[in-house]
Amino acid sequence: MNFDRHHLLGMEGLTREEIETILTTAESLKEISFRDIKKVPTLRGKTVVNFFHEPSTRTRTSFEIAAKRLSADTVSLSANTSSLVKGETLVDTARNLEAMNPDVIVIRHSMAGAPHLLSRMTKPSIINAGDGMHEHPTQALLDLLTIREKKGRIEGLQVAIIGDIAHSRVARSNIIGLKTMGAEVMVAGPPTMIPPFIESLDVGVTSRIQEAVAWADVIMMLRVQLERQQQMLFPSLREYSRFFGLNLETMNKAKRDVIIMHPGPINRGVEIHPEVADGPYSVILDQVTNGVAVRMALLYLLLGGKKSEMAD
Amino acid sequence: MKWLIRGGRVIDSQNQVDDLMDIYIHQGRIMDLQPVPPKRGTKSLSDYRVIPAEGLVVCPGLIDIHTHLREPGFEYKETILTGTRAAVTGGFTAVACMANTLPVNDNQSVTEYILNKAKEARLAKVFPVGAIRAGLKGEALAEYGELKTAGVVALSDDGNPVMNSQLMRRAMEYAQAFDLPIIAHCEDLTLSRPGVMNEGPTSTRLGLHGIPSAAEEIMIYRDIQLCQMTQTPLHIAHISTAGSVQLIREAKKKGLPVSAETAPHHFSLTEEAVIGFDTLAKMNPPLRTKNDLQAIQKGLKDGTIEVIASDHAPQSALEKEVEFDQAAMGIIGLETTLPLTLNLVHRGILTLPQAIAKLTQGPARILNLPGLGRLEPSGPADLTIIDPDLEFQVDIRSFVSKSKNSPFHGWTLKGKAVLTMVEGRVVFNQMAPMVEE
Repeated sequence: MNFDRHHLLGMEGLTREEIETILTTAESLKEISFRDIKKVPTLRGKTVVNFFHEPSTRTRTSFEIAAKRLSADTVSLSANTSSLVKGETLVDTARNLEAMNPDVIVIRHSMAGAPHLLSRMTKPSIINAGDGMHEHPTQALLDLLTIREKKGRIEGLQVAIIGDIAHSRVARSNIIGLKTMGAEVMVAGPPTMIPPFIESLDVGVTSRIQEAVAWADVIMMLRVQLERQQQMLFPSLREYSRFFGLNLETMNKAKRDVIIMHPGPINRGVEIHPEVADGPYSVILDQVTNGVAVRMALLYLLLGGKKSEMAD
Repeated sequence: MKWLIRGGRVIDSQNQVDDLMDIYIHQGRIMDLQPVPPKRGTKSLSDYRVIPAEGLVVCPGLIDIHTHLREPGFEYKETILTGTRAAVTGGFTAVACMANTLPVNDNQSVTEYILNKAKEARLAKVFPVGAIRAGLKGEALAEYGELKTAGVVALSDDGNPVMNSQLMRRAMEYAQAFDLPIIAHCEDLTLSRPGVMNEGPTSTRLGLHGIPSAAEEIMIYRDIQLCQMTQTPLHIAHISTAGSVQLIREAKKKGLPVSAETAPHHFSLTEEAVIGFDTLAKMNPPLRTKNDLQAIQKGLKDGTIEVIASDHAPQSALEKEVEFDQAAMGIIGLETTLPLTLNLVHRGILTLPQAIAKLTQGPARILNLPGLGRLEPSGPADLTIIDPDLEFQVDIRSFVSKSKNSPFHGWTLKGKAVLTMVEGRVVFNQMAPMVEE
């Protein structure tokens, strides 16, 4: 066991050993979700605040279920129910929450660095559930868990991340996590959606997705946001889908044992065609299941559930 | 009051002076400068108060060409009183204040208000900069004749760049009628928005929108071309990129009336200061890369950049203790500009006379401030005494500026102003108690 952190702000800075610890813990906790009575008393008396300043169903539900399966009390706050709509600043809202002594604040925010700001200003453990275009570490962790589960390893695998890399916190966290674990990464998408200086993260780059698909052991598709069209990043969804979407024809070039991942929510028929999303190589729903396990593991590790208890 | 500033190393680049000298001051004016040792019997010293400046540097009062005093309108960030107090504490005897106040300094009433407040404060001299456009927006020129009559020394779009090239051309032409230089904030907003930091490896890592160097360079190029058309003196504010230095170098080679300033943060910090989402590292133009920083230093050394300006931009915690995207741009600089400039001297990048020229002769020439930026008999006794070897730790709690937004907190720096004199009055004094005001 090797985990002695107060916050989880990003994949950046996590060591390989720490990531291994989280994944191994998640694997051992995953079984709880398949019991008849899906609850253990481990975090009884702990309070987890889900502070979602940006819409989210999947991540928020996943955190809530994870906390409840460990018997923590959970409270959810979203932007439109919190005082933020009344003009309160993020720091003031967080300080008010802090005054009620929660143990963990899970924060999702549309702006990069918001969890870092909270971690400087308040005492509870902060978990970054996605900050702007910066990081989404729990998504990367559940992706790593899924890859390890399906492929038996992470090291040495070739992972293609395809789509809107520039605006994707999922891509950033996965690049960092995958590189830390010893995988190779290639990013692919229209050049308008590849961030400048991406090579500085030690990844390959291509604008032809066929090239990335043929190379990959693992394909991660990213969601395309419709509003990007207005930002001059691509001409139309029709064109995007035809040249940068994953369809059966492109998949013909893929390795036989490739797996396809997507952080959701899917734009069916845009970045991924339905036949592919529902095809045999798709592990999209396993990702969701693993999301709960990874978040249970993190809550457990951050709240310092007697570390010796978990030793294996 | 008669003063004798005794035995200091007097550096006045305008007059090519760098000698040990005594300076005699009477009624706010310099009476005489005498080489040390003085000729016997030239002066009866009994009625002079002596400031012993042996081992110290005495130079013309420093001039900051680019300050935001925030008054009127944003008095919670800074006032003319606190801003000019910060100025004299940093060794500045004069500051040019930008027009982005509320209301904007686009008319004589605001200019007069600023000048009256400065007069009441009786600290640093204040030279207001007027707006290029009425309200710093839209398509209408401000009334330059009226502004000039009221006392503005230059026109600038700082805080709100003029995107319309025709308008910028007309502004430059019309400004000639009143001998007003243009100070241009060069930023192509269509390319810089919604950026919050330099576009580079760090912005990609942090997931923050980047501002590419080209956003600055495109506008510098445009304004240099307009300068070539109009021949109106053009001063480029706060340049931050290697490409900008090169553009200005070439424009000067062509003989155009172009000058440029940079700010201490652009030769002291890189974009990596943003890591951790430190809003004190958020400014416009943004902190750039090491390559840019070195090009800026080279531009200072070879004279391409002839002015160092604080770009003093006070912001309160309200603007800075927020999400990085939401945070206001800018840092304060009046109290750290001289020490950070002297840091270039200690590192062998500039000579001491070069460094001082960028804070005296350079800005005085560009703003046409007669008598300032030099030490001459019968000229105003505006001067700064510097201890170039005094080590100290920057501490935001000791700043006299109303705002504390500085990324240099905790830095150990060497060299600072120890006495500032405006028209023969000691307005800042950190020397031995024998010197009284």
